[in-house]
Amino acid sequence: MVKANSRRRLMIATTGLAALVALLALGSLGTGPVRLSPLTVIDALLGGGTDIQRIIVGEIRLPRMILGLAIGAILGLSGAALQGLLRNPLASPSLFGAPQSAAFGAVLMIALGWADVRSYALPVAGITMAFASVFVLLGVAGRSAGLLLLILSGLAISSLAGAATALVMNLSSNPFAALEIAFWLLGSLEDRSFRHVMLALPFIIAGAIVLISQRNAFRALSLGEETAQSLGVDVGRLRLLVIAGVALGVGGAVAVSGTIGFIGLVAPHLVRPLIGHDPARLLIPSALTGAALLLAADIAVRIIPSTTDIKVGVLTSIIGVPFFLYLIVRERRALGGGVA
Amino acid sequence: MNGKAMLAAQQLEVALSGRTVLHNVSLSLPSGQLVALVGPNGAGKTTLLRALAGLAPSTGGIEVGGDHLSSLSLRERAKRFGYLPQGHLVHWPLPAKDVVALGRYPHGATDPARLSPRDEQAVLRAMQATNVVGFVERPVTELSGGERSRVALARVLAVEAPVVLADEPIASLDPRYQIDVMINLRIAADRGVLVVVVTHDLGLAARFSDTVLVLSDGRLVAQGKPEHALSKQILADVFRISAYRADYRNETVILPWAGV
Repeated sequence: MVKANSRRRLMIATTGLAALVALLALGSLGTGPVRLSPLTVIDALLGGGTDIQRIIVGEIRLPRMILGLAIGAILGLSGAALQGLLRNPLASPSLFGAPQSAAFGAVLMIALGWADVRSYALPVAGITMAFASVFVLLGVAGRSAGLLLLILSGLAISSLAGAATALVMNLSSNPFAALEIAFWLLGSLEDRSFRHVMLALPFIIAGAIVLISQRNAFRALSLGEETAQSLGVDVGRLRLLVIAGVALGVGGAVAVSGTIGFIGLVAPHLVRPLIGHDPARLLIPSALTGAALLLAADIAVRIIPSTTDIKVGVLTSIIGVPFFLYLIVRERRALGGGVA
Repeated sequence: MNGKAMLAAQQLEVALSGRTVLHNVSLSLPSGQLVALVGPNGAGKTTLLRALAGLAPSTGGIEVGGDHLSSLSLRERAKRFGYLPQGHLVHWPLPAKDVVALGRYPHGATDPARLSPRDEQAVLRAMQATNVVGFVERPVTELSGGERSRVALARVLAVEAPVVLADEPIASLDPRYQIDVMINLRIAADRGVLVVVVTHDLGLAARFSDTVLVLSDGRLVAQGKPEHALSKQILADVFRISAYRADYRNETVILPWAGV
């Protein structure tokens, strides 16, 4: 029977993705100026190996790996949740300007000089701006917005956030601070410590719990908002919860990593051929895929030979934007007639 | 209100963006009836259906099964109404079976892969009644219009609610499917469900329904047995048509014929 079959496929896909994430996590811990084999990494994690190996793995690379995993996962999850909420395969946090807005919030904190004093000001400002941006986007685009309206509104909001960020840098009296902000905006997981992990992780976990708790409502929403409402889903409340979940996750992530785009867009699409289109079943596999993508990208930036380090946010965009173009081609028909 | 009424409305008013689209609608409908809600375009048929289901804000009183609609939780309402909107939209290519299983959502069966035996039975009954069993494993987006509308109907029947509200369930179907869908709704009514159907097909409305409600400019202008509610006068005044009228095998035939 297909029912048992689809459940088995979901199990196999989820297990496979989890294994892939575990492998990439080990790879992430082993990659850097000093290359370590997976066995050495495990040994060092368990308290074996030399002092230097333990410091490299446990204190330098572990926070970076945890952030890569958590941020990738929340981006993948947010993308799947937004696509489920809006019944729209092109929905994603970055196309809606959420990370850009969160970045503006964080940059404002840095420029005002509040960020170092109260470090939680960074994620809180990021979350607030991300919430505002998605809230405004859904308000502007309207309840039953088509692809075109959502994308246009998202473009407008991310442009506004970008301009606001540029203005802050423009007005910054210290050119070095501006340069630092510019690099931070590119998105990176380099030199992150457990302090950063503590800063972001609680928000990411809270966001993930909120989004996953709503999974079954996304399935009912496949039949449209009115039918979902008639089946007992409080659609207005669902919207607010999803916006809050995405804002918590993305805002928390951006506060420590800068903007890392397109993972939320790409991850659900990679999973659908494996487990089907059910928006509820997509959430966890999308999160795992997002984690795998960001871990892999973060390994790649350390392996690719270059004079200066490549920022991981740059790499995800370089890969993500052509994928976005491919999706546009695929959705061309819907986009062409999609104003209504 | 009538104690026997399954669904009753008193002085129902609905305003959409400041404009009153339903004026003082009162009705009282018992279980086990097929009720056709007819009226020209823009008369407010869909609005009335949505208001009755609690999907559009309204003033006045609505009672379902003896309870005030406003006193019921969203979940409790969902158990009482099977609501079929126009268009039968499904946004993702889900297997048709999963779509039907969503009818059990109000009963707590939120995951089609994990239905209780009771929910499984309800889904199967609905699929058999609408004759969709043969293609339920296929993605709903790949089905023909007729097949998709039957899947949508199965989803509504799977709720096993005492009231079914269907908004133009036979629009854009070929004649055979139109008759099939109406027979399905008739069977549901004969089993004790109150079925309210919005339709433009006066012929099928006259043939299959027990009661016809005629809505014109947001007002209920006639209600009663088809031959009375769809009288010559009403057809002329409300629909601006004349019709061929006859009896065929003890059933009322009304065939819209010319404009007046």
